[in-house]
This record gives sequence, C-alpha cells and structure tokens, in this order.
Amino acid sequence: MSLCVGGRPARTAIMLTAIAALIMLTPMLWVVILSFKDNASLMADTRSAFLPPWTLANYWSIVGEGQVFTWLMNSVIVALAMTVGVLLLASLAGFGFARLEFPGRRFLFVIVLLGLAIPEQAVIIGRHQMFSAAEMHNTYAALVLPGLSMPFGVFLMTQYFRAIPREIDDAARLDGASRLRIFWKILLPLTLPAQATLGIFVFFHAWNDYWWPMISATDKDMLTLTVGVAATQMNFAQAEGLGFLMAQAVFAGLPTLLVYLAFQKYIVRAVAGAAGQ
Amino acid sequence: MPDVPAMRRSVTWNRWSGVLFVAPYCAFFVLMLLIPLGIGIRLSMTRGDLFGIEAFVGLDNFARLFADPVFLQAVWNTFCFVLITVPAMTVIGLALALVLNRTSRLAAILRAIFFASTVLSVTVVALIWRLMLIPEGGLAAVLARAIGEQPVAFLSEQALALPAVAVTTIWWGIGLPMVLFLAALQQIPRDLYEAAALDRASKTRMLFSITLPAIRRTIALVLVVEIILQFQLFGQPHLMTGGGPNNSTRPIVLFVYETGWKQWQLGYAAAAAQVLFALIALAAMAQYYLSSRKDAA
Repeated sequence: MSLCVGGRPARTAIMLTAIAALIMLTPMLWVVILSFKDNASLMADTRSAFLPPWTLANYWSIVGEGQVFTWLMNSVIVALAMTVGVLLLASLAGFGFARLEFPGRRFLFVIVLLGLAIPEQAVIIGRHQMFSAAEMHNTYAALVLPGLSMPFGVFLMTQYFRAIPREIDDAARLDGASRLRIFWKILLPLTLPAQATLGIFVFFHAWNDYWWPMISATDKDMLTLTVGVAATQMNFAQAEGLGFLMAQAVFAGLPTLLVYLAFQKYIVRAVAGAAGQ
Repeated sequence: MPDVPAMRRSVTWNRWSGVLFVAPYCAFFVLMLLIPLGIGIRLSMTRGDLFGIEAFVGLDNFARLFADPVFLQAVWNTFCFVLITVPAMTVIGLALALVLNRTSRLAAILRAIFFASTVLSVTVVALIWRLMLIPEGGLAAVLARAIGEQPVAFLSEQALALPAVAVTTIWWGIGLPMVLFLAALQQIPRDLYEAAALDRASKTRMLFSITLPAIRRTIALVLVVEIILQFQLFGQPHLMTGGGPNNSTRPIVLFVYETGWKQWQLGYAAAAAQVLFALIALAAMAQYYLSSRKDAA
C-alpha cells in the first residue's frame, strides 16, 4: 500500500518521481540523438546534436562493417543454447531432488545449494586453464558450457516441483505411468511459469555476460555483441568517432530493451526472483 | 513363482534410477564449478605463469597480497564503492517503491523506466556514461558550459572517478531494489492502514510504525544482495577508467583480472580471487541466515 494514498503530497511525490524518471532517461536519449549526427559536426560541437541536419551515416557504417552482425548472431546462439541447456538440466535435476528417492540425494542437494555461494571470480581462472588445456577457447562450447553449471536453476526448479501437490503424481502412478512419463507429460507442463522465469533470467545473464566471454573468445569472429562492443570501445580515442560509438551503443542496447518491452512483467519477476531466492 | 533375482534387480534399479535425473546437472556442477574452484585454490598456493606452475609456495601469495599496496588499495576501493552504492540504492529503491506502489498508468510507466536500464549490458552502460562524462562534448560538459562553468574530467580526476563509477552503477542497477521493495509492499495487509487511518495516524507515523517494520526483512535482503553484487564490481571501471587515475577506481576483481591476464601471475591472481570469495561467502551466509528466518520474522 502506498505511503501517499491521495491528495497534494501524493501528487508532489509522483511529479518529483516523474522528473527523476526523465533524468534517468537523459543518458539514453543523449546517446540516441548523437547517434544521428555526423562525426564532423560532433567533433566541432556536440551542442549541434539538438539541431538538424541528422543523418543515418553512423548506422550505415555499422551495417557496412558487418562484424556486429556476426557478434549479434553469436550472442543469439550462445544465449539460446545456454537457456535451453539450463532449462533441461535444471528441470531434470529439480524433479529428481524434489520427487525421487535415491541414496545421497540430500547430501547432493546441500552441495548444490552451497554452490550458490561460489562467485564466478573464484572459478574463472581454473575454468580458463581447463579450456586452454582442452584447446577449446574460441568455440561456442566454451561460451555455453560454464553457464550450465549455474546452481540457481536447480534450486528454483526443485522449489517449484516441491510445491506441486503429491496427489498428482500418485494418481498418475496408480494408472501405471512411468517416472519419466510423470515427469515429462504431467509435471513438466505444470512448471511452465518457473521455466519462463528461469529461461528469461538465463537468457539475459548469457547475453550480458562480460568477463568469461572476454577472456575465452579472443578471435574477432567469436565475440558476443557485449564483448565486441567493449573491444571497439577500448580504442575510444582512435575509434571511428563519437557518432559511430553512439550508434554502436544503440545497436547493442536495442535487442535487450526490445525484449524487455515485450516481456516486461516476466523479466521483472525473473530478476526479482533470482535475487530474492 | 516370482523371479527373485529379477525382482532384486528391479529393487536396485528403483533405488538408484533417480540418480539418472540429477546426474547430467551434477556432471556440469563438478566439471565447471567444483574442479575449477579446486584448480583455483591450488593455484593460489603456487607461483606460476602462462607456461605452467613453477613451485608450491604455501600461503606466500596471501602474505604478499596483504603487503601489496596496489591490492590493499583495491580492497579499500571496493569497500568505498560498496559503502557509496549500497546505502544509496537501498534508500532510492525504497523511495521509488513507496511512491510508485499504486495502480495508476503513470506509475506503471515510471516503474518501467526505472527498471529499463537494468536489462542493458555493462558494455552499453559504460559506453553511455563515458559519452555523458567526457570533457570534450559530453552532456555533463555541455551543461557545465551552459551555466558558465569549466567542464570537469570526471573520469580522470582522482577524487571524482570512483563517485562517477558509483553514479553509473546506481543508474544501471536501481531497478532491482525497487522491484524487491515493491513486491514486499504488496504483501502488507491493507487493513493495517485502514485501522491506522481510523486512529487518525499521520502518513509519517504509518510509514514508521507499519510500513518499515513490515518490510524489514526485505530491507535486510536488499542490503545483502546489493553488497554481494557490488563487491563484484568489474566491468564499469574496466571499461570507463581502466582502474585509474592513480589506482583510485581499481576494485578487487579488476586486480584479479589484470594480475591474471595482463601480467600472467596466475597464482597471485588466484589468491586475490580467494580473498574475494571469502568476503562474498560471508555476505552469502548472512543472506542465507536472513532467508532461513523468513517465518520467524
């Protein structure tokens, strides 16, 4: 329930918040506007951004370069593969931990839960060495496989399977359904909301991941969009100019923003769910 | 007559077949998490480089770390950064949630705006803010000129660079505390406020006597989650300042990265990573403690 239900203080508070929201949007709008200016006039004075002429030249040079499309493609492949992989592994394991009895089940689950506390920073050097030893850097496998070990997915799916009433499986078992059938045909469809939450979380995690893809993919054609734009950005001074960088920022930010606009409710739930575990 | 060995086989099968469901994940867990962790811990006790491990040195790397001014500066920077960003994000996130916890169309749009930057990658965020802050033509400089001030080079002034990285981070991540607080506010029973209104309690009184006590668990959760997240600061300074000026924005993770991948002192980098791990594990234990007391609160 709101602190301010109605009346003047409420209106003042929401007007102030609206102004804050405009300030919040300013950096994005600034970058968008500048991306439509040619470099020469930007170099002279960025205040010209607010006056015509505007141009698509920066976007044409991105399209002409072509490499960003390779990166975009890589990001799509890596994010989708990791999402499908985590959903599959976490659903199987979640069902196993929540519904089946086998020796060592409790122990294994506790170990996986402890894994939640291991930050990427503590394992990344070891991972890098392993993939070097296997000569697997600069492959899609190297970009996807580490993400599949994420304990959060198993944690979430186990919780979700546990919350489904037992009577549902019992009824199916009396009808002679096998465990695999109960899992696949009866329980899995009931977990669709959790699948959506987890899927969106993993997709964004993979898409925005920075450190691991940066050290694993060194070949220009294997970069993800996130890392590729970072690499261009590193040569800020001698880069193709402000307008080009602006257009790249817009190009790299647009996919996630569009997905966000389309699935806003699910995305907010996924992010809040991952933090509030 | 029942077939006894076959039955025993099926009993064993029933007892163990459940393992097959968890085995695929556990394989990845061991291969991609536990083994690399083990390699990292082992490395932290060796002196090695790109070409291999040279020697076992015990805890030497850790002793060296705590005598290394660059590392100590990185620890200091990380704590400063956490101290700036975490309280700010908690307070701003709570304020936004309190104002925007209503069903009007405007509130829905504003919520969407405040969460939007959260979906951007660190690369885009860093790029946007560099373009805001550069003294040659950044928006900050344009505004400074407009009011007759000299533009400030935020990212190359020692006193201003870390605060600038902090502002960038708050801008990027403010959506998360906001939605966590919004979710908590929705759980507060309405009749509490109705009863308070009957007693003619003021809005301020309601805030301090009903709202804040009701969401105290979420306040603690937000604090811990943000501490864990902000301890892992890396991409923003890596892309915006490179750790400078004069090491003032280099956090622990950037220290690990540079030691490991620029200087190829893997053992030393691994040791620094374990120190960070210990700090984060402490915070994670606090988080577990808070979430396991869910029912008690």
